[in-house]
Amino acid sequence: MEFGLTEEQRLLQQSLAGFLAAACPLDRVRAAAEAGDTRPSDIWDGLRDLGIHGALIPEAYGGVGLSLLDAAIIAECLGAAAAPVPFTATAVMAPVALLAAGSEAQREAWLPRMAAGDAVVAVAVTEHIGAREGAGVEAVAGRLRGKAMFVLDGAAAQACIVADTAGALHLVLGEHVEATALPTIDRTRAVTALQFDDTPAEPLPGAAGHGEALQATIDAGRVALAADTLGAAQAMFDKAVEYAKERRQFNRVIGSFQAVKHLCAEMAAALEPCRALVWYAAHAQQAIPGEARAMACHAKAHLGEAGRFIARTATEVHGGMGFTDLLGLHYWFKRIGWNRQMLGAPEQARQEAAAAQGWLAAP
Amino acid sequence: MLLSHSPEHEAFRAEVREFIEAHRDRAPPAFGRRGPPDERARQWQRLLIEHGYAARSIPKEYGGYGAEPDILKSHIIAEEFGNADILGGHDGDNRLVPTLLELGTEEQKRAYIAPTVRGDMLWCQGYSEPGSGSDLASLATKAHVDGDEFVINGQKIWTSGAHYADMMFCLVRTEPDAPKHQGISYLLFPMDTPGIEVRPLVTMTGEATFNEVFFTDVRVPTSQIVGKRGEGWFVANATLKHERGGLGDPNVAENRFRRIVAMMTNETLDGRPLMEHPAYRDRLLKLQGQMLAMKFNGMRVLSHAIKGEEAGLPRWIVKLNGCELNHQMDALAIDLLGELGTLYPAAGVAPDPTDANPHLRDAGAWQQRYMLDLGLIIGGGTAQIQKNMIGERALGLPKEPKAAQRQEGAA
Repeated sequence: MEFGLTEEQRLLQQSLAGFLAAACPLDRVRAAAEAGDTRPSDIWDGLRDLGIHGALIPEAYGGVGLSLLDAAIIAECLGAAAAPVPFTATAVMAPVALLAAGSEAQREAWLPRMAAGDAVVAVAVTEHIGAREGAGVEAVAGRLRGKAMFVLDGAAAQACIVADTAGALHLVLGEHVEATALPTIDRTRAVTALQFDDTPAEPLPGAAGHGEALQATIDAGRVALAADTLGAAQAMFDKAVEYAKERRQFNRVIGSFQAVKHLCAEMAAALEPCRALVWYAAHAQQAIPGEARAMACHAKAHLGEAGRFIARTATEVHGGMGFTDLLGLHYWFKRIGWNRQMLGAPEQARQEAAAAQGWLAAP
Repeated sequence: MLLSHSPEHEAFRAEVREFIEAHRDRAPPAFGRRGPPDERARQWQRLLIEHGYAARSIPKEYGGYGAEPDILKSHIIAEEFGNADILGGHDGDNRLVPTLLELGTEEQKRAYIAPTVRGDMLWCQGYSEPGSGSDLASLATKAHVDGDEFVINGQKIWTSGAHYADMMFCLVRTEPDAPKHQGISYLLFPMDTPGIEVRPLVTMTGEATFNEVFFTDVRVPTSQIVGKRGEGWFVANATLKHERGGLGDPNVAENRFRRIVAMMTNETLDGRPLMEHPAYRDRLLKLQGQMLAMKFNGMRVLSHAIKGEEAGLPRWIVKLNGCELNHQMDALAIDLLGELGTLYPAAGVAPDPTDANPHLRDAGAWQQRYMLDLGLIIGGGTAQIQKNMIGERALGLPKEPKAAQRQEGAA
């Protein structure tokens, strides 16, 4: 038994964190966010050179063929840097959907371009988890009608994988549908709304039936968002501890006051077990199918809760400076808040975890 | 990530399961059990030692099973007994026995370890004093040397089991002029030594599990010291380390969680199972998320231990989080029962399987656990002390300045 990361995974973590520390410091995050650029080419191309876009794509399609645990490690690094790049949809959910349900022609058409960083594929599944504003997409005779909201990685996507109300998946070309940006608190990631009006779409042939491909897609996305929160929360926590060791008041560093020390200890106690939960949930998606659903839901929900606690507490430890734009902590604060709401907020995710364990009565 | 075990360990797991299946009728009840072992519990412990499921890596010459230490096998044993909801074995007193093995003389090991692991010799821990709780090193119970004896005077408190223990391991101040950490010695003596008075301290659970212990000219041979004079603090820290490892065990939380799931499936409110009530279900799922995180954290700690590595932060948080989690589970169980959750055995002490009230659930154990687990949040290093240790030792935050330094700073 070895519960932990392999040497290769630690190397992946180190090389990606090293790249992001150099290419994506706070100033770069700020500049991209202020310019509304959710895919700056310098960071995007650097990630391509590291094989990040094709992490989950098999080598036969030009990718690296890594596991979902590797993808979670990548998501954690991106969250730690608040990196303004598409990832959850285009590098995790879309590859999972295409590999689970895409035709050979669809895979050949899209996976190599995605791996090379030449195509971004958005994912529209929000309404399958919980519909707001009366949104929802109907498929009728190969065409889509309706509205999809909170489409992940939706800005400038070449294509989008769309779930219909029956749980089937469709591939829609970007040029066939109009995307409206939905500005959110988190300016490091892009979400859009898509309006379908008899829009031509290609079904993913393997996604008919009981929605397993859709579920696997959502679960993979949830694990990625949980891992992103893990990295972002760790970054906020590290900054808070560092600040508590430097900032002096009453002739003492504030970290020597128990009032502050205990906040740091509470953050550590909340955050550290999250790491093991994210690892296990990611591992379970491919290695323990019977637990995959419940674990993805639990990771998403638990990281949502722990992330919120750490985001507010780390800000508080920084005192008034934490509240300023100058320090930039708010980029992580907002990213954690965004992750919590997307693909099912904690209450929804826990409800699904209950269902996955057979604890909901049949309707 | 490799979650499977070697064929050797899988075979071992099968053996443990087979043993449990064959012998489970002989096990004493597992849930809510407190107090001194009865004859059934002692026989069970002997059977477990014989098969290597208790005192497993304690050498044969000291009454153990004498296996090579194998952390994973110990873990498998704990896991299987937990899953089967069967009372597991123990290694004697989990603070004293490791200390004697590490620091005791050969005579001490031979005299004490074997009866202790069998459960025939029961110990109590004489550490805390009325004026020395979290600041244990300030303890004031004194012992001076008279000929070849220590003469002890003073008082201990929170002494679990002193009213039935055969022996005490005790911290006393033998060097009053030395700095506080260097003036303490670690002594072993029988509880029937003249001059010891035990007064039960009834707790909020209605039980007298703790005691006050008073010493008036208690004479103990100087050979009854573990380590040297003035080294008692360091000897005791070896045992505190062992105690801390035990509190907050994720297996306990998982076991308790399973009981709550069963309760939510079986108990009804307005004719519907509690599991169908969304507010209760969400609380269950929230706790499950926390429980799973601590379970996997425990697997991570275990992996480090197997490799002989110090796990660091993942280990430091176990007592704080685990005890809090258990307490929250007890609270949920009580809330699930609503008004039924207030019922308590007529005798005033739980659990009481003989209580005839048909509405009483789990013999009243949940209310008892709710109070007892609050006691465990406080005992064994309070939650606040745990946070200091996490902050200072794991995160490297500076210590609180000493009171004297603060006064100088203010002057």
